[in-house]
Amino acid sequence: MNNVWRSALRGIGTPIVASAIAIVIGGIIVSLIGYNPLTVYGSLITGAFGTLFNLSSTLTGAVPLLVIGLGIAIAFRAGLFNIGAEGQYWVGAMASVWVGYHFNQLPSVLHIILALIAGMIAGGLWGGVIPGLTKAYVGAHEVITTMMMSYIGIFLVEYMIEEPNAPMRLKGYIPESPAIANNTHLLPALPITAVKQAQLSVSIYIAIAAAIVAWLLLKKTTFGFQIRSIGFNQRASRYAGMRVPLYTILALGISGVFAGLAGGLQMLGVEYQLNDSFTSQYGYTAIVVALLARNNPFGVILAAIFFSALNTGGQNMQQVSGVPSSLTDVLTGLIIFFVAAERLIPVFIGWVRRRRSQGRAHDAQEGGTLA
Amino acid sequence: MSFLASPQLWAGTLSLAVPLALPALGGTFSERTGVVNIAMEGIMLIGAFFAAACSHWTGSAWLGLLAAMVAGALIAWVFAWAAIRLAADQVVLGMAINIFGAGITAFLLNTIFGYNGTPTSTPSLPNITIPAIANVPVLGWFFHQQSVLVYVMLALVIAAHYFLFHTRLGLRMRAVGENPLAADTLGLNVWRLRYTGVIIGGVLSAIGGAYLSIGILNSFDVNMTNGRGYIALAAMIFGKWTPYGAFGAAMLFAFATSLADVLQGNVIPTDLLSMLPYALTVLALAGLVGRSTAPAADGIPYTLER
Repeated sequence: MNNVWRSALRGIGTPIVASAIAIVIGGIIVSLIGYNPLTVYGSLITGAFGTLFNLSSTLTGAVPLLVIGLGIAIAFRAGLFNIGAEGQYWVGAMASVWVGYHFNQLPSVLHIILALIAGMIAGGLWGGVIPGLTKAYVGAHEVITTMMMSYIGIFLVEYMIEEPNAPMRLKGYIPESPAIANNTHLLPALPITAVKQAQLSVSIYIAIAAAIVAWLLLKKTTFGFQIRSIGFNQRASRYAGMRVPLYTILALGISGVFAGLAGGLQMLGVEYQLNDSFTSQYGYTAIVVALLARNNPFGVILAAIFFSALNTGGQNMQQVSGVPSSLTDVLTGLIIFFVAAERLIPVFIGWVRRRRSQGRAHDAQEGGTLA
Repeated sequence: MSFLASPQLWAGTLSLAVPLALPALGGTFSERTGVVNIAMEGIMLIGAFFAAACSHWTGSAWLGLLAAMVAGALIAWVFAWAAIRLAADQVVLGMAINIFGAGITAFLLNTIFGYNGTPTSTPSLPNITIPAIANVPVLGWFFHQQSVLVYVMLALVIAAHYFLFHTRLGLRMRAVGENPLAADTLGLNVWRLRYTGVIIGGVLSAIGGAYLSIGILNSFDVNMTNGRGYIALAAMIFGKWTPYGAFGAAMLFAFATSLADVLQGNVIPTDLLSMLPYALTVLALAGLVGRSTAPAADGIPYTLER
């Protein structure tokens, strides 16, 4: 039990220390260009959490990061780097929207479930079929295949709404899909105006449930044991009789299922249709979310909220204090750097001790010659 | 098939290959010594920014290129220090550098040059034409109106191959990436060789970035690398961690991109055409190349007490 607590403390402690160092460095940069760091950080924090609306916006932005991050974390646990979640997200979004404006006679809950499942299947197939099969049977590196499939997926979704007679294009001059049926819109998370305005829907509960599912999947099922085992030592797992190819395909597929679910939730909860802007970047930020959380599903919840807060807070910071919002990317980069460099402090302490003991030895020597 | 005879297709191929081949080559150097490097995107951005900024400040594009190389070396040195000395997780570090690079360059651009971007008077590197090559039938198409960095890239690919596979230092660098303990036992300085690999990689990636800002343009834009660092990562793996392989993969990708550009406006919708380079890469990887195996000690910090 003691060990569990210690590792939990380390899991939380390192990011906090890293954030503190990054915030100090960021403060120095900001003061160098002539701003007051307290004002800048103040506007960052109030922008992210200051009002119920801001807090809700932060949580709204956290949902896709959280859900995609879970999928990426599962793949990482299997030793696989799913760098192409962005495309899986968009393909999932596309499938959910398609179901969302068809089958309008279905009852609301059923329609929503169907739309989300469509998104999950689409994302899962996008991640599982080509990257999974080629990794399992030809050994094609998943970093290449998931990334290439990601671009292909995004172009596919663009194609669906951009060409004049594209399959999912709404008639008219604006390249966009039809809006999903009203009965598929997800309800607000709380019946409060600020929450509604920030578009915080019940998707946040679904996202948290997804984290619990991911945790159970990894920790409490043989499936989770097998993929963690493969991630830890593939050769040993093979000798132990595990079906490595099958679990490779499943791990990449499930990773895609989560990304597809995120796309579906975003469409049903926030956007309601496909627009001609494919710049979510959630799929890339979610990689960092998973890394910062050390692939722990509950850590992913915190990390997703943290990065979403930096994003919403950064916009407020730019408006209020005039510092470009890209400062938050600088901070993010520094935080992740210092999380990775967690041995910085022990190494530094060791270096100081050595210096000091060398100094002492030196003093002692000098003392010796004098005597 | 008349488009195959258009010089635009082949010149475009070679030009598009530069910002992929150089960082892929850089990654190869880093990973051959055993340090996983996915930081090419961030280092390219930093190179691109300092190339444009110093080119503007000094009025010389060559000094801009030099600044990019210095900046690339510095950021790679920080990366190497954390990866080697602190035994930090190299994938996490790489992502950190990528995000930091995107952030710091956008931040500096906006605070130094405002929101309008770098001045239009920024000088760029010259295009050169070598008559002896330009007049050869097919070969000449490739070299139509190319930046000087195209020639530099080709020279660097050949030099890198020679260096890695035919010099003593190259052999030592590869040894450190395969079996650092054995290399250490033979008296090689594992850490120093790894620093060398990562820093050479940083310089090459930064030149790739500089090509974008002062090679084909004369300005820096926020996030102007647009994922090329990741494509380069794919090219490095595709090329099985060899300079010629990385170059070949970059050329294949660049050819498909250039082909999609040339075919634009035909029957096939643009979006479907744009999938070509990515689809071709997957096909080639699944069908021809198959398994690519990283250097044995790639990504494993070497932390023997010393």
